[in-house]
Amino acid sequence: MAAPVSLLLEFGGGAELLFDGIKKHNVTLPNQSNPWNIRQLLVWIKQNLLKERPELFIQGETVRPGILVLINDSDWELMGELDYQLENEDNVVFISTLHGG
Amino acid sequence: MCEVEDDYIGELREREKGLGQKCMKCKEGSAVLIIRVGDAFCKSCFKEYFVHKFRAMLGKNRVVYPGEKVLLAYSGGPSSSAMIQQVQEGLGRDAPKKLRFVPGIIFIDEGAVSGQSWEEREETFSNVRHVLEDTGFPFHIVRLEEVFLLPHSVLQRNLSESTPQKQNYKQAVGHYMEQEDSQRRVVDELAQLSTADPTSPRASDLLPNSSSPARFTEQLVQLFTSVKTLTAKQELLHTLRNHLILHTARSYGYSKIMSGESCTRLAVNLLSNISLGRGAFLPMDTGFSDSRYGDVLFIRPMREYSVKEISFYNRLFNVPSIFIKTLDTKALENSSIQRLTETFITKLQADFPSTVSTVYRTSEKLNTCTAENRKDGILQEQCLLCLCPLDTHSDRASAYQATKVSQNLSQRMKQNCAVPAKDSGKLCCKQGQCCEKTENKPTLRAAGIVHILCYSCQVTMKDLESVDHLPQYIHHEAEHRTRRCEMRKEIQEFLLDDGSDDA
Repeated sequence: MAAPVSLLLEFGGGAELLFDGIKKHNVTLPNQSNPWNIRQLLVWIKQNLLKERPELFIQGETVRPGILVLINDSDWELMGELDYQLENEDNVVFISTLHGG
Repeated sequence: MCEVEDDYIGELREREKGLGQKCMKCKEGSAVLIIRVGDAFCKSCFKEYFVHKFRAMLGKNRVVYPGEKVLLAYSGGPSSSAMIQQVQEGLGRDAPKKLRFVPGIIFIDEGAVSGQSWEEREETFSNVRHVLEDTGFPFHIVRLEEVFLLPHSVLQRNLSESTPQKQNYKQAVGHYMEQEDSQRRVVDELAQLSTADPTSPRASDLLPNSSSPARFTEQLVQLFTSVKTLTAKQELLHTLRNHLILHTARSYGYSKIMSGESCTRLAVNLLSNISLGRGAFLPMDTGFSDSRYGDVLFIRPMREYSVKEISFYNRLFNVPSIFIKTLDTKALENSSIQRLTETFITKLQADFPSTVSTVYRTSEKLNTCTAENRKDGILQEQCLLCLCPLDTHSDRASAYQATKVSQNLSQRMKQNCAVPAKDSGKLCCKQGQCCEKTENKPTLRAAGIVHILCYSCQVTMKDLESVDHLPQYIHHEAEHRTRRCEMRKEIQEFLLDDGSDDA
């Protein structure tokens, strides 16, 4: 039985448009027997937080190409991408890079 | 620098899964991000790398002379925010190799075009103002509506050579470093300028910020709604924006404009420009320096940074950026050529991480040939809108002529077919070449403009229902050039030039 996981989710670079313009979300994931990983987090986000146009955020089981994911200010590629297991008080940031500069 | 990616990917995936990977440069710090294909960097090495790249870019190309006024084009987005921060960093260093130019910032409010309400625009305006005031540089916030007040001289290329080029770069730097007190003067000037009200030093023909009348907003909205495709809208917006930036630069004495286009953005531009018919101008549109305006040089110092590097840098070092909605926010994937190309490249990049750098490296191999611009002292004709040398005056066997022939043929077929073509004069107008059955006036105006446009601008203009909504300065300049062209034809026989083969 895993303890409830509370996270700080942040959205930037335009991704916040899909979440009612709110950049920071404090969420608590429900209890489940297996530890949460990013793959499951994305499904949870799609079901609970995403307000519109899911195809602009999620593609298949991963994020849309062009969206960067940082876990505790580190590149998710260094943490295992979708298989990273979330811990309590983690900070996950999604930055869209598609709105140039 | 070259990496052999293709056989690598399998190994790479396994390597990347390792937690607690060490930075590949200092071997000590724990890595926070991966750039390019597999290079892991720790935070401090990444900062060094980032800062170094910017300075190296400017240093390698040696186009910005000490003491020059440079206008930084700020859009609120991550790349231009990072660029401004790098300029601040570079100017503030105590090292002997610090940057030595005088920056100013311009921001263009395009809210009317992207459908923002007045309140949203005001909010953006105050956010931007807040960010720009913090930089301490003089800034200009210009509304896109002011494009209706531009003089037609903005479309003329200024021939004067800028004076710094008389010295070579090293001499200029040495000369500048000797003048210790002139450096101090610059700092004082900057301090004075930044406390000045940004609305007061405006050129007399541009409106002050707070009182731009609603009719210009209406005209602008009318212009953009009369454009049928999103592709053409984006192109038109890009053109008008560039004219406005150019005019501001000229009015305030800036000799260089810096734009924050990143590597990824340029790769997308390269491919979409080819699709738009701008193949002839690729080196100008995507190269480091763009000299089409003559007196003002357009440079792209951020062109070696991928968007990932920029976004990471902004996040890790708290660089403020403002997200502003544009024309293609939340647009469908295939709503415009630019959008489709962007989706294509980003998706390809996800599976093949060397896509963007390959396209970028290809663009580096394209060169502008500057020698062609002057022939017997007469400048080669420039496109009315994008100010690039015209690519439509080519000989009979070219691709352009072939396109025209097939267009004419399909026009003739439309005219020959059933009666409806006569009544729905609109159908013919859609092709951009009005048949004789419609009124003369729009035909004349459209024809007057079309022959001085390059191929891609012609294609963009075809998507406009009528060219009447374009700002006056474009029409004035078109008439001016047409008259000059006719005058030249009249006196052609009397001119003595070496290239002439007439008796």
